[in-house]
Amino acid sequence: MAIKLSEIVKQKELLAGGHRMCAGCGAPIAVRQVLHAAPQDAQIVVSGATGCLAVSTAIYPYSAWQTSFIHSAFENASATISGIEAAYIALKKQGKIGKDFRFVVFGGDGGTYDIGFQALSGMLERGHRVLYVCYNNEAYMNTGTQRSGATPMGTWTTTSPYGKGSSGKTQNRKDLTAIAAAHNIPYVAQAAVHHWRDTVAKAQKAFAVDGPAFLNILAPCHRGWRYPMEKTIELSKMATEACIWPLYEVENGEWRLTGKVQNKQELRGYLKVQGRFSHLFKPENEGVIEQMQEFVDQQWEALLVRCGEK
Amino acid sequence: MGQIEKTRLFQGNEACVAGAIAAGANFYAGYPITPSTEIAELAARKLPETGGKFIQMEDEIGSMAAVIGASIGGAKSFTATSGPGFSLKQENIGYAMMAEIPCVIVNVQRLGPSTGIATAPAQGDIMQARWGTHGDHPVIAFAPSSVRETFDLTVKAFNLSEKLRQPVFILLDEIVGHMRENIHIPHQDELEIINREKPLPDQPYKPYDEEKEVSPLASFGEGFSYNITGLVHDEYGFPTTDSEKTKKLLSRLQRKIDNHLEEIILTEEFGMDDASLVVVSYGCTARSVRQAVKMARKNGLPVGFFRTATIWPFPYEKISAFADKTKTLLVPEMNMGQIFGEVERAVHGQARVVGLNRFDGEMITPDEILQKILEVI
Repeated sequence: MAIKLSEIVKQKELLAGGHRMCAGCGAPIAVRQVLHAAPQDAQIVVSGATGCLAVSTAIYPYSAWQTSFIHSAFENASATISGIEAAYIALKKQGKIGKDFRFVVFGGDGGTYDIGFQALSGMLERGHRVLYVCYNNEAYMNTGTQRSGATPMGTWTTTSPYGKGSSGKTQNRKDLTAIAAAHNIPYVAQAAVHHWRDTVAKAQKAFAVDGPAFLNILAPCHRGWRYPMEKTIELSKMATEACIWPLYEVENGEWRLTGKVQNKQELRGYLKVQGRFSHLFKPENEGVIEQMQEFVDQQWEALLVRCGEK
Repeated sequence: MGQIEKTRLFQGNEACVAGAIAAGANFYAGYPITPSTEIAELAARKLPETGGKFIQMEDEIGSMAAVIGASIGGAKSFTATSGPGFSLKQENIGYAMMAEIPCVIVNVQRLGPSTGIATAPAQGDIMQARWGTHGDHPVIAFAPSSVRETFDLTVKAFNLSEKLRQPVFILLDEIVGHMRENIHIPHQDELEIINREKPLPDQPYKPYDEEKEVSPLASFGEGFSYNITGLVHDEYGFPTTDSEKTKKLLSRLQRKIDNHLEEIILTEEFGMDDASLVVVSYGCTARSVRQAVKMARKNGLPVGFFRTATIWPFPYEKISAFADKTKTLLVPEMNMGQIFGEVERAVHGQARVVGLNRFDGEMITPDEILQKILEVI
């Protein structure tokens, strides 16, 4: 599947402009990249878990969605779409529906890693043909930046504050992409908004498989990460170059690195440009960055082995 | 807290955290949800400063379960949420009722049902607080009308929770939760703080003694062997299906609240003596009502003000006591008439009960209430 930008720009935007996500937000970029990979003749059904995206893209009397769209309760977008997909299969079997429908969930990291985790796991295990996309900005941004299961260690959030005796979040994030892969579903991948070609290619594969697919897309948030809003793409790129957000895919159990890193950058440079890590550069928090680096290195090395690069 | 506090500009949600810490709270588990998130954020900052613990859980269900667990571990624990989270917490709330676990649950009400309007105020969770979890059980719920009262009722909620081994609700609303007022925080010495009764060492221990209204509660790790379950249980906490024991347990749970109504029910009134119309209110709406009643009085209208800070148990007797001396009771509330029905039950046909309801995310204004007073008096 060759991806031509000249072709993509001719496609209809399924998430239209005029929505109310912040300028410089990574999430709608991720959504558009994914939807550009959808089969052009298919009807798209989207379920959105509560989060910035769900609440900012369909504010009365407007909707940015050129698809069917259901905003579920926070915890159960996967379960909601499971029902929709199962009904579609049944109707199709009965010959009552002829068109090709595709089902996509967009959830933030809170709605995916935490409160929506059980429903997600159930959906993947039952084998619904649904593409679940986590637009991952590493905290609860819709409620004003609280820590999530995706928040890296050392991060300042309002519920992992730094101060006397605290240097931000004390726990490492969980590896949800690997957890999704552990469901032995046909396609799982990790992507980032700066690498549109990689994301679109992964989304194409995800749409093509006959079963569940999971995409975890890094979508930086300048409000929560505290960097200038025009730097979203740059931050996304830096994350992959520092190997804190590697790009890879797991296709039918085969792990493959899709973003080879020529020159692995030190984490320090990536942290330095973000306000959410500024406290780590104070003398009282010495050693935290080293700990973070150690975790990143260890995860990166393990990934290289899994992907057959070592 | 603990030190002399100057008069400070406080938000309702902030006063709730201050009240909790003043009452001895040292554990918070929660999940972010508008408009209660400030309570979690402040708890995250303040609790560690006083030796307490804050944890953000993976969801609302987990938060409530952790609050129960912490309480059994010996902590004074609380959580805060809003409508959707309150819905998710209900099963565990029922568990805490049944197992008699002291804890405080703050619900900063927003407009529902479902996700509703996350940032809009409402008083729509009155009946959910009463009957949200299944089965028969008593409920204690307070609805503060001001920032200072939020502080005071939070302290009271913890005290009653400890004393009666009972989860207690604070039904804040988006208005009181986010409103800022200049308030004086009382000195710690001015506050009465109640801690749960502990069993005596080396004595036989019944965590659910049939002879007692409330049994002492041993924390895990204190050397007492007993069982905690959401199943119907005997005096030692072990599951039973014995109908006699079931009846005794559920009756005692109800009785422990019924026997303390005077202590639990807090109301405020003025202008009642000659009132031919009494406006019954609670929570944020009481603020508009106060103004409207004053305006009516200025115009020479015989209007009374009756506010209840305690939603559950409902002050049936207090309302019944003045119902025959008045002609009309007006009940403004930001829902479709949840307390209205309770007022009707209390009045029992002795007077006319009229509702004034808004459920559009906007506060009921004093002018609207005055208009209604003029219409129905």
